[in-house]
Amino acid sequence: MQKFLLQGLLRRALTEQAPIPNPTSIAELGYTLGRTARQKLGRSLSIREVDAGSCNGCELEIHALNNAYYDLERFGLRFVASPRHADVLLVTGPVTKNMREALERTYAATPDPKWVIAVGDCAFDGGVYCESYACVGGVANVVPVDLHIRGCPPDPTTLLKGLIAFVDTMS
Amino acid sequence: MNFASKQIAAQPSPPTCLPWPREIVDRDGWLAFAESLAKGARELLSLWGEPSSVHMAVLEEREPRLRIVSLECPEGSFPSVGRLHPPALRLERAIRDLYGLRAENAPDERPWLDHGRWGVRHPCSDPEKIDSTKDSYAFLPAEGEPLHQIPVGPVHAGIIEPGHFRFSANGETVVRLEERFGFVHKGVDQLMAGASIERAARLVARVSGDSTVAYSLAFAQAVEAAFDVNVPPRATYLRALMAELERIANYFGDIGAICNDAAFALMHAQCGIVRERILREAASCFGHRLMMDRIAPGGVVVDLERENVTALFTLIEWIELMTPRLIALFGDTTSLQDRTVGTGYVSEALAKQYACGGYVGRASGRTFDARKAIGYAPYPQLTFEIGCSKEGDVDARVWVRFDEIKASLRLLRQILDEMPEGPIIAAWALPEDWTREGAALVEGFRGDIFVWLRMRADGVVQRCHLRDPSWFQWPLLEAAIKDNIVADFPLCNKSFNCSYSGHDL
Repeated sequence: MQKFLLQGLLRRALTEQAPIPNPTSIAELGYTLGRTARQKLGRSLSIREVDAGSCNGCELEIHALNNAYYDLERFGLRFVASPRHADVLLVTGPVTKNMREALERTYAATPDPKWVIAVGDCAFDGGVYCESYACVGGVANVVPVDLHIRGCPPDPTTLLKGLIAFVDTMS
Repeated sequence: MNFASKQIAAQPSPPTCLPWPREIVDRDGWLAFAESLAKGARELLSLWGEPSSVHMAVLEEREPRLRIVSLECPEGSFPSVGRLHPPALRLERAIRDLYGLRAENAPDERPWLDHGRWGVRHPCSDPEKIDSTKDSYAFLPAEGEPLHQIPVGPVHAGIIEPGHFRFSANGETVVRLEERFGFVHKGVDQLMAGASIERAARLVARVSGDSTVAYSLAFAQAVEAAFDVNVPPRATYLRALMAELERIANYFGDIGAICNDAAFALMHAQCGIVRERILREAASCFGHRLMMDRIAPGGVVVDLERENVTALFTLIEWIELMTPRLIALFGDTTSLQDRTVGTGYVSEALAKQYACGGYVGRASGRTFDARKAIGYAPYPQLTFEIGCSKEGDVDARVWVRFDEIKASLRLLRQILDEMPEGPIIAAWALPEDWTREGAALVEGFRGDIFVWLRMRADGVVQRCHLRDPSWFQWPLLEAAIKDNIVADFPLCNKSFNCSYSGHDL
């Protein structure tokens, strides 16, 4: 373990930085996000993820936001364990009928002001599952959605870009 | 593929399943199979329904040979297999929810996937409209003065899939865990019926996102079996390359997450780096981080460029360097061992009874791996060993994953070294003569995925059954957590890492 810790001290962080403004670089997204989030919420935005029927693909990529390369927390964005601690619900999936009530109750348990970001093509309009008897089809059919991040699944960079767009448009 | 000669040679015939013929049995024959399952002479691979028949796939014990048997159900019911062989219980409950066929004298007649919210009963066969309500659900009792219940889910604290866990605990000790699933049921069976091959392939790739390669591979193999398509050798190697990349990416993710649930974040961070580099390489080779929709019936849709081969070798070399370090980090951290050793024990007998696949089975002495047992291309040409342990605890499930990472790295080297040149997808056409059936058993990272399908001659799926390995792993989690403390549940659950979406379908 000492070896890993020592390396952590001696080596440069893996976290990706691109200080030169570049519209596609994660670091630039992070810079703008940091500034806007600071204005609105004092640098902190708590996100509660809700899987409302996804295939787990979106969850894998949302998870990746926490790894050393993307390090979401440096932007003041962090995932929390309860909707009662959250500012934002990050919802995935075509909202199955069996999950509808759970999503509604999670939304109700989130204190105001609150925002909803729908992640993935399923959460946009039901995706490949849109004709199913078991799905409501699209998060917006159940709770008001402030932003859609498309993709099947959206990769972590797309997710970060979406989060920035969200913070920019947040009223 | 030219089917013209076959059309002349053979008359239209009733569908037969390839590569394993489907045998029609009567009620006695069906019961004989159920009894042999209960005795342990055979293992249950799957049990599924159609509007007026039920099918069962079993594995013969002596030789790993797969058999599929069918029973007509004109009365809308069939002799319960679950009454004799408990692993069939949830599958029978699902058959009733979706197809309305009742398992006679089944010990558990509660619905499983149907929560009463679909607005319809048995949606896949003669649907009956109902007012959408919420069915009540009777959890199994656990009685005793000091017991209390802890309901968890469907929305969990982490970034994971939804499901409900009902704990009955005595102080900190779990007396009974009961799972309740179906929350992510998306109606895949019904969406598949009537879908074109292309649409069906897209659906299959989205049954369980972490196993998208394995599912697409299983579906493709079943279609290829049904239509007798010869996949070009290069395509089989590219498929194996994707499958092994998916396997190790998931294993690193799992090991990190297990350690994180024991509050050892360092391992989580390190494993996350390895996983991310694999996904990035996958995106650079095949254009998608999870390699979704890259396998199609007949072959693969993206070829591997020469410069990607070099990059893959560099990646493999780096992972080969990192793996022993991570193994040392895991093995030398005694406070971590304190949490994993002896936790969440699954006995050999249970793993065998449930024909439990993947690392859960292999950590409890059941050395089944479809890559070896079925031996689909290109695995018979490659040398590898599968992980195995008899310890049956969380620790063993981590070690089996480490062993299989090493095996997959060796496989990846062989695949890249020996990959033949040539086309990547077979030119094949639909026979347009009669209905075909095909089946496949493919080893995903989580265990063996079974697919059976019936295709119309015009390429439309009539019925497709997909059985996730989790069906036979979830019930064992209930056994594994018994007598452990509630706080160790996340650790046990992560060490299983069963799929909710693949199970709920």
